[in-house]
Amino acid sequence: MKLSGAQILCESLQKEGAEVIFGFPGGSVLPLYDVLPQYPKLRHILVRHEQGAAHAADGYARATGKVGVCVATSGPGATNLVTGIANACLDSVPVVAITGQVARPFIGKDAFQEVDITGITLPITKYNYQVHSAGKIAATIKEAFYLARTGRPGPILIDVPRDVFAEPADFQYPTEHVPPGYRPILQGHPTQIKKAAKLINEAKQPVILAGRGVQISGAYDELKALAETAQIPVITTLLGIGCFPGSHALSYGWAGMHGMAYANLAINDTDLLIAVGMRFDDRVTGNVNAFASKARVIHIDIDPAEIGKNVPVDVPIVGDIGTVLRALNKQVSSARHLEWLRQLDGWRGKYPNEVRDSSSLIPQYVVNQIYQATRGEAIIATGVGQNQMWAAQHYTFDKPNALVTSGGLGTMGFGLPAALGVKVGCPDRTVWCIDGDGSFQMTLHELATLVQDRIAVKIAILNNGYLGMVRQWQELFYKKNYVATPLSCPDFVKIAEAYCIPALRVEYREEVKPAIEQAMAHDGPFLIDFHVEPEENVYPMVAPGASLAEVMVAPERHHKKVSDSAKLPVSNI
Amino acid sequence: MTATKHTLVALVADQPGVLNRIASLFRRRGFNIESVTVGHSEVANYSRLTIVVDGSTTSVEQVRKQLDKVIDVVKVSDISSDNIVAREMALIKVKSGSASRGEIIEIADLFRASIVDVASESLTICVTGEEDKVDALIQLLRGFTIKEIARTGRVAMSRGEIGPLGAAGGATTAAEARRRGRNLKTKGVTNG
Ligand SMILES: Cc1ncc(C[n+]2csc(CCOP(=O)(O)OP(=O)(O)O)c2C)c(N)n1
Ligand SMILES: [Mg+2]
Repeated sequence: MKLSGAQILCESLQKEGAEVIFGFPGGSVLPLYDVLPQYPKLRHILVRHEQGAAHAADGYARATGKVGVCVATSGPGATNLVTGIANACLDSVPVVAITGQVARPFIGKDAFQEVDITGITLPITKYNYQVHSAGKIAATIKEAFYLARTGRPGPILIDVPRDVFAEPADFQYPTEHVPPGYRPILQGHPTQIKKAAKLINEAKQPVILAGRGVQISGAYDELKALAETAQIPVITTLLGIGCFPGSHALSYGWAGMHGMAYANLAINDTDLLIAVGMRFDDRVTGNVNAFASKARVIHIDIDPAEIGKNVPVDVPIVGDIGTVLRALNKQVSSARHLEWLRQLDGWRGKYPNEVRDSSSLIPQYVVNQIYQATRGEAIIATGVGQNQMWAAQHYTFDKPNALVTSGGLGTMGFGLPAALGVKVGCPDRTVWCIDGDGSFQMTLHELATLVQDRIAVKIAILNNGYLGMVRQWQELFYKKNYVATPLSCPDFVKIAEAYCIPALRVEYREEVKPAIEQAMAHDGPFLIDFHVEPEENVYPMVAPGASLAEVMVAPERHHKKVSDSAKLPVSNI
Repeated sequence: MTATKHTLVALVADQPGVLNRIASLFRRRGFNIESVTVGHSEVANYSRLTIVVDGSTTSVEQVRKQLDKVIDVVKVSDISSDNIVAREMALIKVKSGSASRGEIIEIADLFRASIVDVASESLTICVTGEEDKVDALIQLLRGFTIKEIARTGRVAMSRGEIGPLGAAGGATTAAEARRRGRNLKTKGVTNG
């Protein structure tokens, strides 16, 4: 029996285990939408803007570990996906984006709503396709899902001309479809592993720097075993948060521009940096020439091209994190590193990561209260900016994949749609979106999606009336020249109510806890507009271009920088 | 060949847009590429690229790894340190009336180049050889008026029985290349 291209697509999605499609219809994908009712197991969630569909698929994928799927029509629908695809690409998130395209005879004619979306997304996808016949859809889906989730995951775009959706073809789902040029390396090279073990066994002041690769590989136990056996402090990147329990005795927070001072100082002083599933982003290294300058570096990553890209490496190991660590752990001897850990504890005692005392409503306190109320068990999606950093600093994550945040692209507007996708993927988890007033306004239309599809996301807006992170830079590096950062906001409570979402405004400290409790008690989405201290800054901070050792801590607490060097080169802004 | 010039060869699947992918990669990452040539290989539906990279401004290892990451690239290898055969072809159109024709033909002969077109006011010369030789011929012809030059860029291959792309190259069908390509992929890794 022959099926239409659209039916083949749906059958194939089901074969790949897809359960949810985040999408938005239009002319070129109408044949697909037309057959959707025949596939009730494929839940379609209608977003309000295609960027939201891509972010929702991204959030869904990060939280569940499955491939997220989004759909958009040709032309503007497809281009609206672009930010979301780039976001997924930079954070290695498995997303399959399906776009409609004008019918085959119209391609290249500048037809209505024709854009070259495969051309546009070429540098921001792991791979992309334009499918030229219905007979090729099944194999393409098979390959796309395989590529999206294996090796270093990433987004895949499949562009389907309208008439291909309508074309009949035989359906047979391929058992295997692997492109010839694709073969991720999983096993680490034994010689390299041996070298790494030797360095670890000899190290006096080792540090593990763990990134999102650990979460992707699911190598939590292996990482824990390594850390515990040799008593190695574990520091994560922003995207690595949660890959090692935040309240573990060997957890020393996360590193980088707004990471904990003690984490940055530890990296600065370590004699052996064991970098696991991370890529030495400039936000984590600071001045790369001064980064971990006393250390030998072991770099374990599945992507060979990441090795030596930004930081010279002594022992590179290409492979799957879990597989490599299992082999490595067999050769690592137990150790204690008492003095080194004492040194780290000393730094931590001196520059603790804690909510400062304040009688006014400060954003850090709000995050901490959400942490208390959810007992650390919520999944938190964030906006970008100060809100994101405070969420990452003051919510302690003991479980993996629980902080869903835009790291590589730093996409304002990610929070709400990502939270939506997370909640759809993990309906039994409490999901909070901790957002900025600026970020929230970029995608707040997705409130309607929460309502229409009954998605119980709780929203906390850290409303400081500013594009706060940019204002902070203006304060520190542009003499408080606050150009285009003061933000007039609508009444978010009224906005929420207009969408039939209950909401509260909170202006005082005492109101925080009851408001959060009310939000949690409500069966459905809920919004709290926290009017926080407008000019609160995020500390610690490593100024752009500065080294990790030059980390600045909050002036009201210490009135000085951690290091002697007061010179803060301002570059890369 | 100067030490900073590296020769990479790659076997790529003939998918639509594959050159676009590679060109886009070079541009995006700011790789300084001297030449890229592409043409059919011994395997149906697979093309072979020869890429010359200026190693003084670009990390050749990064180029190799990033190319390897492109899904359509089955295999890529830096053959600079191998014993290789490298050739380039050029077409050179030189202004020439009856007075200079003999002299130009004489120069072309010295380079074993051939005259491929003769018009009343011009001669077109076809030369093949290493880049140095092509450069030298062009240099000599500059004494006349050169109207047009078209150079192919380098194509290269390792000497001896099997080059680094050889194992996949032994295949004559796409399926075979796929199978062999996958086996190949496990090598070519910076693991030790
Ligand atoms: C789409 C996008 N545009 C611009 C920026 C630059 N940017 C980074 S943080 C920030 C301010 C964010 O403001 P808000 O969401 O209110 O968060 P706050 O820092 O105040 O917590 C801006 C504009 C960005 N990251 N993303
Ligand atoms: Mg703000």
